[in-house]
Amino acid sequence: MITREISFILNGSEMCIDVDVRMSLLDVLRNEGFNSIKQGCGVGECGACTALVDGVPYDTCVYLAVWADGKEIRTVEGESRNGELSKVQRAYIDAGAVQCGYCTPGFIMTTTAFVEKHKGKDIDRELIRKEHAGNLCRCTGYEMIICAVESCMKDS
Amino acid sequence: MAVGKSVERLDAVAKATGRARYTEDFTLSGMKHAVYVRSTIAHGIVTGINTEKAGALPGVRAIFTYEDVPDIRFSTAGHPYSDDPSHRDPYDRHLLTKHVRFEGDEIAIVVADSELIARKAAKLVEVTYDELAVLNTPENILAENAPQIHPEGNLTGEHEFSVGGDMSEAVKASAHLTESSYKTAMVQHCHLENQIAYGYMDDNDNIVVVSSTQIPHIARRIISEALSFPIGRIKVIKPYIGGGFGAKQDVVVEPMAAWLTLKMDGAPVQVNLTREESLSCSRTRHPFIGHAKGGADKDGTLRFLDLDAVSLTGAYASHGHAIAQAGGAKACTMYPRAVIRYHARTLYSNMPTAGAMRGYGTPQVVFFVENIIEELARKSGTDPLEFRLKNVGITGDINPLNNKPILTHGLKECLEKGRELIKWDEKQKLYKNKKSGNIRSGLGVACFSYASGTYPVLVEGASVRMVLNQDGSVHIQAGATEIGQGSDTVFAQMTSETTGISFEKVKVISTQDTDFSPFDTGAYASRQTYVGGQAVYKAAVELKEKILKYAELITGQTIDRIIIAGDKVVLKEKPEVTVITMRDLAVDAYYHKDRGGQITAEVSYKTRTNAPSFGCTFVDIDVDVKLCKVYIKEIYNIHDAGKIINPLLAEGQVHGGMSMSIGAALSEELLIDDKTGRVYNNNLLDYKLPTIMDMPDLKCAFVETDEPTASYGNKSLGEPPVISPAPALRNAVWDATGAKPDEIPMSPKYLFKVFKKSGII
Repeated sequence: MITREISFILNGSEMCIDVDVRMSLLDVLRNEGFNSIKQGCGVGECGACTALVDGVPYDTCVYLAVWADGKEIRTVEGESRNGELSKVQRAYIDAGAVQCGYCTPGFIMTTTAFVEKHKGKDIDRELIRKEHAGNLCRCTGYEMIICAVESCMKDS
Repeated sequence: MAVGKSVERLDAVAKATGRARYTEDFTLSGMKHAVYVRSTIAHGIVTGINTEKAGALPGVRAIFTYEDVPDIRFSTAGHPYSDDPSHRDPYDRHLLTKHVRFEGDEIAIVVADSELIARKAAKLVEVTYDELAVLNTPENILAENAPQIHPEGNLTGEHEFSVGGDMSEAVKASAHLTESSYKTAMVQHCHLENQIAYGYMDDNDNIVVVSSTQIPHIARRIISEALSFPIGRIKVIKPYIGGGFGAKQDVVVEPMAAWLTLKMDGAPVQVNLTREESLSCSRTRHPFIGHAKGGADKDGTLRFLDLDAVSLTGAYASHGHAIAQAGGAKACTMYPRAVIRYHARTLYSNMPTAGAMRGYGTPQVVFFVENIIEELARKSGTDPLEFRLKNVGITGDINPLNNKPILTHGLKECLEKGRELIKWDEKQKLYKNKKSGNIRSGLGVACFSYASGTYPVLVEGASVRMVLNQDGSVHIQAGATEIGQGSDTVFAQMTSETTGISFEKVKVISTQDTDFSPFDTGAYASRQTYVGGQAVYKAAVELKEKILKYAELITGQTIDRIIIAGDKVVLKEKPEVTVITMRDLAVDAYYHKDRGGQITAEVSYKTRTNAPSFGCTFVDIDVDVKLCKVYIKEIYNIHDAGKIINPLLAEGQVHGGMSMSIGAALSEELLIDDKTGRVYNNNLLDYKLPTIMDMPDLKCAFVETDEPTASYGNKSLGEPPVISPAPALRNAVWDATGAKPDEIPMSPKYLFKVFKKSGII
């Protein structure tokens, strides 16, 4: 087993760990207790393991942990602080976009990136769809997820 | 009052913050990982198995084959045990098999220190076979010299019923007759969390299984049967579950996890399926091949429906013929005044096993019914919507299956509401000139009926325990399982509504643990709000009475003068006067040295009614004829689910069902090679599950009838939304193009054939 020491910022805190070079970022984050990273397919099809890498949503199951060296990583665990939910988390709940919850953390991270990227701009449902196309949900039919994103954009 | 409000779901924050723990999020030190060795052919007998190379891999702890498992046949179907042997599912499976019946069948299993090692080792196991003919069509399955897929033969089940009068008379009396053949594809649930369970033993006697299951109490019984191990020494724990849709109303990995921990001296062993395994080696929806006939009077009165269905259950029966039975029965209350005959056969085949999936056979049967209704309407020169309005059931019609009146039948009102919402009449006129050229527009409608549980075919029991805590809050332990549909939340709403205790003070324990959770058969048949709701109501009444009686005891205010309002007991006539706070009352009950005790209520109740629920889909589409593509411009589902307990959660159920049906109608299909039984697309890239790009805006509405057999007026809603969108889309494609599709999915590949045949391309 070949290991390498990597350091990165995870949800605002510095991390420095030795990782097996074969490991995905998904494996490493879950080993560290960040269970919001879900594995739904393991091959980058479903988006349940989405985290932000330098502000961009990535499927962490097909992102090698060693690539995270020097990067800033965000997972849904870091989006709420002291019991205060992020605007996106609150919008998902209020819109009814949460059902079984398995895709929810990944979706929330994709929306978080979307809202930060398009802040203050006019967006439509088609753009929301296009930029959430990497996340699958089987419970909601996506309707309320789109409503949640719209409500975040209205508030911004 | 909490019922009828869109209160926030109880688990919303846990899920939005990533704190909700699912089966894979629990770890035990020393956990072993098990991976199946699966057959590479669809039908044959294993002649040799060599585990030498696999066993030599460092980290491999054990390899078990079909020779090592108990010689016990069991059924994986998540039905309650039936006291009627004829209603029991076929006991047709061993833990591992020598006779492989589909590509991916389970021959051996490797246990290793990590999943990676176990997968590597599983690939090193060498298997040789004597191949048998692959049987995947009714013709070759039933051929005289066909090999037997199971010792009992290739026919899993067959039945027929006829209701509403004499069929030959009805045929004679019909001025318009029509018939067609239809087909629905094998589709898969695609819950985002794959099947997963782990087993361990915390002493010498007891097995614990933690599983992503819809049916913890049933899973416990099936594990007990499969291992011949006492049920009282098995416990099943269900944490949060990442979707099920029926696939987890079946035990796919639980008996194996339990058996492996027994074999591994009680060590924790996890079985975690990959997406590929989940798609083609767990459960799917039965593909149906159907032939339908219909007849109507000159004036467009429906006289009869005559349906014949063949359902392919795949390698193992799982729920088997129960699917075809339920599908036929549940579709009967749509047109209850017609003569209806239904004949169905379920066949084994060398393809992935089909089991329960949202709608349980009804989407397939309603696809046939709403197709033939459309054909009859057109043949009799009646607008398809008018034809349905004339013929659908109404409140007071007799349910032909039990000869009792249907107490709430809101289908007609649903159709009328849909007509307005989609602007049916206006668009009908508008689209008359849009039936030629490349882009053509069309409208479609389809109805459905469903049931609220499985009674009287199976027992419908639910149990609930309520406990008053020291702070005046209430804990509810229910055997019913939250799987994302929101049952925990509606149970809390119901409890608040009936007791008067504020919703915020009611906590439903989301985890079921069969050692503690009272008995309930679980999440299926859209039963929980209807059946579980009855137990919740009765327990809430009991809890309220006990609290008020205790208030009377300690305050002297008589029970007829006081009520619970939020967190206090108040005077009924003067609610501003507090008699005692719930907290003070609870503390007194718990800690007073001479009186009281923990205030609890426990109810186990069997529901002996089953309310049919109804609804319809309206859809407005464009068809790009050259591209053979369907674009949904507007789509509505309108439901009579009785009273709506939580409108936001209810809409969520409807949207989810609609998207699943749109997927089945337009793109989803497990592609299985006829000759080899090979599954071509068991991954989420090639299996065309709708992405957010493929979904139109989804809209829905409710017609709120007040069902008298339910304490809160409610009827089923979990599964019904998945039934009618597909036939509505089919009818819309026909309306737009004049070419009649008879199969789903109406993928471009299939529509090309239909359009070519009808000469429009």
